[in-house]
Amino acid sequence: MSELSVKHLLGIKYLNEKDIQLIFETADHFKEVINRSIKKVPSLRDITIANIFFEDSTRTKLSFELAEKRLSADVINFSAGQSSVKKGETLIDTVNNILSMKVDMVVMRHPNPGAGIFLSKHVNASIVNAGDGAHEHPTQALLDSFSIREKLGDVAAKKVVIVGDILHSRVALSNIFALQLQGAEVKVCGPRTLIPKHIDSLGVEVETNLRKALNWCDVANMLRIQNERLDISYFPTTREYTQQFGVNKALLDSLDKEIVIMHPGPINRGVEITSDVADSKQSIILDQVENGVAIRMAVIYLLASKIK
Amino acid sequence: MSQKVLLSSKEINIILHRLACQLLENHLDFSDTVLIGIQPRGTFVAERLTKILQEEYNVKHIDVGFLDITFYRDDFRRGDKTLEATQTKIDFLVEDKKVVLIDDVLYTGRSIRAALTAIQSFGRPSEIELLTLIDRRFSRHLPIQPNYKGRQVDAINNERVKVMWKENDGKDVIYLINK
Repeated sequence: MSELSVKHLLGIKYLNEKDIQLIFETADHFKEVINRSIKKVPSLRDITIANIFFEDSTRTKLSFELAEKRLSADVINFSAGQSSVKKGETLIDTVNNILSMKVDMVVMRHPNPGAGIFLSKHVNASIVNAGDGAHEHPTQALLDSFSIREKLGDVAAKKVVIVGDILHSRVALSNIFALQLQGAEVKVCGPRTLIPKHIDSLGVEVETNLRKALNWCDVANMLRIQNERLDISYFPTTREYTQQFGVNKALLDSLDKEIVIMHPGPINRGVEITSDVADSKQSIILDQVENGVAIRMAVIYLLASKIK
Repeated sequence: MSQKVLLSSKEINIILHRLACQLLENHLDFSDTVLIGIQPRGTFVAERLTKILQEEYNVKHIDVGFLDITFYRDDFRRGDKTLEATQTKIDFLVEDKKVVLIDDVLYTGRSIRAALTAIQSFGRPSEIELLTLIDRRFSRHLPIQPNYKGRQVDAINNERVKVMWKENDGKDVIYLINK
């Protein structure tokens, strides 16, 4: 019998390859569960989970909440916009107040990198990082790899290019860690201004020519330009960005082989990918969303089984 | 630790044939009946019974499924280890069907309790029966009794019944192990 090597899911960086395999095998079972006529199991009926979101989210929040409810956990939701955070309460105080209501697990999204790690040192609950600034978004990377595994049979030895705003993306960093851990090759592609300076220290190659990158890869993970995080101008215009780094059907069809298109959402249609690409049969964007629920069920189930 | 043979390969075979006949007597052509082996070890019993019914008693078609009960167990977080799931494979509807749950050893009855909850996720069966190869009577925690049983055993709590199958463990034999 195996179990996770960690008590919290703070980032992919803290997992090992066995952890990822265990999460995937567990998610396989939950994927079968969520396709039944009754999609719910009673495992977590004595567990309470707080979803604390200090930053906007639609997909991730819904996906986590659904996963928790499918496992029969009790769920409370908290958004910073409607809370005492605005009145000046600190993070630890906010969370401790919630925990004194006997909460066992906290799923947190926060705009500051490392917020989850900080919290895990100060409170006595299992923490799941649902995105911390430009640092990590581990469940997204897990569901991305799980979707690649489902589509291509395996992640090892696959070539994956991550295209777009790498600098501000937590999805990119978590994906790089997860893919490399499973033996995949990773390249990044985007405007030089949106690629972190020392990315080569992670063993990742940079390719600035989109066509070359796509011809090299098996899978292209297209990221959104995070306009809300762009404090200065990183490229002249959106139109110019699209011309150089946007994928359209003509480009996709002219490649040497059929590649898989992924996107963590939300999509800016017509910017990083066109509608016909997003809706094409090569795209697994909606599979990613479905797999997100199964992966989050697996992560929560495995972490909850360590709560004594 | 000592172990003695509870049932030999020959005895297991005779018992499986008897159980197959008892099922046949109650379910005839199995058109309204489905067999569900409880994972991980009840599936071997279900597969053997199906084989006997089809090959020796000419039953044309039997729906057989495997049910994993991990997520329905009542000891989540109560042991030291994470409960690991196995595959569930039920490719048919159980709505209005007679379901025969099949397991190798009936002990506390808690697995069966979990299976009774789990099977409801696949519809509302008209009737549920229980078949078990070994019935460890006097050790039940719940009011659950089998409809069909292979052999009753009066094992005490520090004894363990170990069922081995040719396809998985190399030979058919059932041991009573004293820990």
